[in-house]
Amino acid sequence: MNLFGLLGRRATAPVARERLQILLAHERKSAYQADLIAVLHKEVLNAVAKHIPIDPQKVEVSMHRRDMTSVLEIDIAIEPCVVDEKFRQRSALAARL
Amino acid sequence: MSKIIVVTSGKGGVGKTTSTAALGAALALEGHKVAVVDFDVGLRNLDLIMGAERRVVFDLINVAQGDAKLHQALIRDKRLPNLSLLAASQTRDKDALTEEGVERVIDELRGRFDWVICDSPAGIERGATLAMRFADVAVVVANPEISSVRDSDRIIGLLDAKTFRAEKGDRMEKHLLLTRYDPGRVARGEMLSVEDVLEILSIPLLGIVPDNEEVLRASNVGSPIVLHNAACAAGRAYIDAAKRLCGANVPMSIPSDQKSLLRKLFGRRAA
Repeated sequence: MNLFGLLGRRATAPVARERLQILLAHERKSAYQADLIAVLHKEVLNAVAKHIPIDPQKVEVSMHRRDMTSVLEIDIAIEPCVVDEKFRQRSALAARL
Repeated sequence: MSKIIVVTSGKGGVGKTTSTAALGAALALEGHKVAVVDFDVGLRNLDLIMGAERRVVFDLINVAQGDAKLHQALIRDKRLPNLSLLAASQTRDKDALTEEGVERVIDELRGRFDWVICDSPAGIERGATLAMRFADVAVVVANPEISSVRDSDRIIGLLDAKTFRAEKGDRMEKHLLLTRYDPGRVARGEMLSVEDVLEILSIPLLGIVPDNEEVLRASNVGSPIVLHNAACAAGRAYIDAAKRLCGANVPMSIPSDQKSLLRKLFGRRAA
C-alpha cells in the first residue's frame, strides 16, 4: 500500500481497468455472435435450399448459451409433399442403378 | 504515394480536432503537402482551431455536390503555404454527404496532397462512417478514461469492418493517440496508465499527449498547438507523433514541461 493508501485514498484506476476488461470482453463477443448468426442463417438456408424448396419466412435460427456449451438451433419448416416427392425421385434413381 | 488519415474516437471532446490541426501542421512543418478536412457537418470547428473561420467561402458539401471546384474551397494556411483546410458546411445536415461525393473529393485530394487528414465527427453515424470510409490509416484518439476507451474499442471494430480497405480484405492500419494524459495522476493510481489502455485496445501507440494548458491557449488564438508553441509538452508530443506517422523511429516518451524555480516563484507567463 502506498502513501495515499495509508491516507485513506484508494487507487481507482485498477477498478476502471477491471470494469473495462470485463465489459469489453462481453461486448466484443456479442458483436461477433450477432454477425455469426446472420452468416450461419444465410449459409444454412442456401445449403438446404439447393435440395428442398423452403420458405424463408418459416426458418428460425437461435443460439442458446448454457453453462458449458452453446446450442445453435435451426428450425426449418418443410412442406410434407415436398419431402415425399424428393423421396420418390431418389427411390426411382436408386432402382434404376 | 499520398495517404488518407482519419482522426476518430467515437466519443466527443477527447481532442480529435485539436489533434487533426496539430498533426496536419506538424506534417506540413516537415515539408509535406497536407490537407485537413472537416467532416463534422453542421458542427464544424476545425476552421476555428486553424484560425481560418473568416475565410470559409465554399465547403466539403459544395465540392462533393459539384457546386464548387476543389481549388475554390481549399483555404491555404497563412503561416504554412503547404497546409490547406477544407471546411465542413455549417448550415447543411449530415445527410447532404453521400458516399459517391466523398469518394470523388478524396480522390481529387489524393492527387494534390501527400497527406489528407479527415477530422471525424463524434459518434458512429453517417459523418463518422464517411470520414473513415476511404482512409488508409486511422488515428484513434482516446483519453485515459473508461467511456473514451470503450468507445475507441467500438470504433476499432468499425474500422475493421466498414472501411473500404477492410471490405477489400486489406489491413487497416490503426494507431492510438492517447491525449489529456496526466503522469502524476497515473502515478497516484487515479488514472488508467498507457500500459492499461494499450493492453485493452491492443493497437500500436502513436503518441502520448500530456494534459497541457497551452492547448487551450492555442485554440483561443486559432493556432494549431505545434505552431503556437512547438516547445511545450503537447507541441513536442504531436511533432514526435507526426514523425512516427512518416515512419521515423522516435523513442516513445511522455513529454513534460519542467518549470524552472524562477517561473514557479513568479507564477504564470506574462503572455
